[in-house]
Amino acid sequence: MDILTVALPALGDAFLTVIQPQHMMYMIAGVLLGLSIGVLPGLGGIAGLSLVLPFMFGMDPISGLALMVGLIAVIPTSDTFSSVLLGIPGSSASQATVLDGFPLARKGQAARALSAAFVSSLYGGILGAMVLTMIIFVARPLILAFGLPEMLMITILGMSMVAILAGRIPLKGVVAAGLGILVGTIGTAPAGGSLRMATYDFPYLVDGLQLVIIGLGIYAIPEVVSLLRQDTSISKSGQLGAGWSQGLRDWWANRWLSTKCAGIGVIVGVIPGLGGSVVDWIAYGYAVQSTKDRDQFGQGDIRGVIAPESSNNAKEGGGLVPTLIFGIPGSGSMAVFLGGLALLGMSPGPAMIRQDLDITYTIVWSLALANVVGAGLCVLLSGQIARLTTIRFTLLAPFLFMMIAFAAFQSRMSFGDLIALVFVGVIGILLRRFDYSRPAFLIGFVLSTQAEQFVNMATQIGAARFRRSFEAGIDYLVSPITVSLLILTVLSIVIGIRQSKNIRENITTYTGTKRAPMLFLGAITVYVAIATIDAATVTRFGDKVFPLTVGIVTLLGCLALMARMILRPETDDVFIDMETGGDDGEAPHSLWGTLAWFFGLLVLTGLFGFIIALALFFVGFFRLRAGLSWAMALVFASVGLGFILFFADLLNRDFPPGLLQSYFDLPWPFT
Amino acid sequence: MTKINTPRVSAAILAASAAAFSFAAPVAAQDLAGKTVEFVIPFSESGGSARWANFFAPLLAEALPGNPTAIVGYRPGGGSTTGANWFQEQTTADGTLIFGTSGSTQFPYLLGDPRVRYEYRDWQPVLASGTGGVVYLPGDLGARFDGDMDDLQGEFFIFGSQGATTLDLVPLLAFKMLGLQVEPVFGIEGRGDGRLMFERGEANIDYQTSSAYLKNVVPLVEQGLAVPVMSWGILDDAGNVVRDPTFPDIPTFAEICEATAGCETSGVAWDAWRAFFVSGFAAQKLVYLPGNASADVVGMYSDAFAEILARPDFAALSESQLGVYPQMIGPAARVAHEAAITVSDEAREYVLSWLAEAYGVTMQ
Repeated sequence: MDILTVALPALGDAFLTVIQPQHMMYMIAGVLLGLSIGVLPGLGGIAGLSLVLPFMFGMDPISGLALMVGLIAVIPTSDTFSSVLLGIPGSSASQATVLDGFPLARKGQAARALSAAFVSSLYGGILGAMVLTMIIFVARPLILAFGLPEMLMITILGMSMVAILAGRIPLKGVVAAGLGILVGTIGTAPAGGSLRMATYDFPYLVDGLQLVIIGLGIYAIPEVVSLLRQDTSISKSGQLGAGWSQGLRDWWANRWLSTKCAGIGVIVGVIPGLGGSVVDWIAYGYAVQSTKDRDQFGQGDIRGVIAPESSNNAKEGGGLVPTLIFGIPGSGSMAVFLGGLALLGMSPGPAMIRQDLDITYTIVWSLALANVVGAGLCVLLSGQIARLTTIRFTLLAPFLFMMIAFAAFQSRMSFGDLIALVFVGVIGILLRRFDYSRPAFLIGFVLSTQAEQFVNMATQIGAARFRRSFEAGIDYLVSPITVSLLILTVLSIVIGIRQSKNIRENITTYTGTKRAPMLFLGAITVYVAIATIDAATVTRFGDKVFPLTVGIVTLLGCLALMARMILRPETDDVFIDMETGGDDGEAPHSLWGTLAWFFGLLVLTGLFGFIIALALFFVGFFRLRAGLSWAMALVFASVGLGFILFFADLLNRDFPPGLLQSYFDLPWPFT
Repeated sequence: MTKINTPRVSAAILAASAAAFSFAAPVAAQDLAGKTVEFVIPFSESGGSARWANFFAPLLAEALPGNPTAIVGYRPGGGSTTGANWFQEQTTADGTLIFGTSGSTQFPYLLGDPRVRYEYRDWQPVLASGTGGVVYLPGDLGARFDGDMDDLQGEFFIFGSQGATTLDLVPLLAFKMLGLQVEPVFGIEGRGDGRLMFERGEANIDYQTSSAYLKNVVPLVEQGLAVPVMSWGILDDAGNVVRDPTFPDIPTFAEICEATAGCETSGVAWDAWRAFFVSGFAAQKLVYLPGNASADVVGMYSDAFAEILARPDFAALSESQLGVYPQMIGPAARVAHEAAITVSDEAREYVLSWLAEAYGVTMQ
């Protein structure tokens, strides 16, 4: 294809389309909608897109496209707010942002972290669009070069980030990651449908646990509970330090890191089937490994924010390539986007690049422009929104509990969501308390399913090739790409293990008696043992081999850790217990008493349904725990209820029902 | 936002349809003005069923009396059994709730999946949409295909599959009946991934539904990278499998089977294949009202769908947005519904024991 004669006129057409006022208007509408929905963690892009889907039909294609692209572009932008300000990973794309973003917010540098994140997003988005414009012609062979062995190697590279995030004691990181993988295998096996750690008597577990629940439980609940106990503001000093202009300067100082991470984002985004779940971890790991002074990572290094945020917006652009060229969605939101395109009468596929190159370029550059508008808007807002971190946290917490419970319920719209949330939340609290790496757990969980799939599928195809001839099998498994990825993985693990001591959430350590840490490890060991035995009883080989192998490895890790606990004195790092000192140990409120408030909300929900429970919880909390007057408590409660009712109505969502609703038919929102 | 709300036009169409269908009299008694119709599907926002439901929802809003707002609701989980179990408990009889199923909802019902707590016979069908499918091979293997599978018996095939109890059951059973040595690689996320495996050379046999085939495989066929070998065909009015009018030049599986030694278009294997083919393709997607909806409400929906199908622009709209799907309403929808949820005990046992034996997949 003659690039000059075909691509340049198409680029020109696309440029004229993109700057049309009508197009701009719809795109900005999409951006605003995306940003306002994005503040709810766990909802974000897919909810926003399905909100506009019914209007797509019969809409002018250019406007419809602009609206959808505007929405998609800001998904990885808007969720940064909750990641940085509240420590709640807004979506899988911004999990790694929490690691350093939230500590920065606690240091009073929320505005700095936010503006650095947004300008990185903006830059990543534009760079992604530029790369896409050029590689769209050669993307097809590039994508076809990534077979199952290559995808498996990328997944393993993602998992190798556990090494660097393992924390003070690598063995604990291994156990946390293994536990995460095992939790990820709960439910029906992806290949043969065998049940693992689930029975049809509890239909909820059959589908496995969803990322929303795990993310909220492992990150959000422990952080919210811990903050609530200390009864201060998120920013420890209650002040806002470095402002948003500092964030811009930080980004400029790290522009090469940002460029490289955006490159990682585009490449991983282009490969269908990987989704966005690895890219932020790979970018974060790269940032840590490639820099010299690493000891601030995990406690608020601005580079830990810039790296993942540069990559996740670039990834969104990369994800367009398989979506448009092959008609295969690169992620969940891309799947909905694909549906929307069909409703506009467009059919993505090989023909779209050849015949409708101008439309393809319109999409690519609308995305870039929407990034500029969205991220630009966010940079301007970040100074104001960062003030949230100076509010007394006790006044903020009930709203967060409301959002956490509501977001969790969206996962399966079953009361089981709330029960699962409490369980995972307690695990998260204990992992945090005993200094097990929560990122390692999360990486294990997120990559569990795809690791199992790719292992099984690549082995199956590899075996078939070997049956044909030895050369055919070797050719399949050993390609230049797999070898390079293997080298990268080994390097990443070696550097990771050497550096992991420097990457930690807590500087000073506190140890208490041996009893509590040993009890927790004992509980983990029992679960891992049961999961391993359960896997062994699965009859279908393909469905059992992965959880069984991981289970045995994790079990060995548990035993080694147990041995160390028996041999070492109580002051050893293996006995770290955050309840024995520091912020948590000296907090004015107790851990379980604080968690009981949240638990109370869920019990009330089980009885009266979410809305009535929320009203009771709000008034009770603001009056009794926050010590507000009755009048103020009522005002705060109404604000919270109004907010959630507005969003639920807009997004056409139901609330969790309770016992009351099974006896009486109540109108929405009490249903 | 251009919300679809053109009362004048639809009132005119309504008057026209009232004149055209004498049984449309009860329509006047029903009016959904100011109400919201929820079109619930047991799937997530991504995927073919969401596209199908979002295509029909605004058309329904225009065609139903009173022009209600129509929204699509999603209740995914349990391979679509969660949503269907939920619908089984619903008693919204006034026409503000309809439910869309797919082959993935029918198959667990036919196979006796323990998660199934729903009973199709309790529900009232108002629309059935079908689709076809085409099987294709890579160019080199396709060159050895001469109208039967006798010459390809020694070949080892790899097939990317979503799972043995999904719609892929139909091709897997067809391959087995043809005597092909096909090893399915389970666990892909959608048929698009299967096509990608085929294009990467990891799989060397694949199939796509009609619209995906036209869009994404025909370009490969033109470059000589893929060769179509058979289509599933469609059911004629007498219930026979005949050539798909979308692919008049591609023989049906029935034709290939008859030409291939050891494959028969009668007997328990054929009965089983035919039952699952109807449920998974010929009558793949169905729209239901709850069992307690009155005849008036059912009539109102039948008329609304009749009106949609009678739109002069329907063929063009549905072709670009859904692909080529036959749509059945009224008595034809009830026949399709009956066929989609019926399998003889013998055929079910045959399929269950084959699934357990060949793939280790059981329904416990």
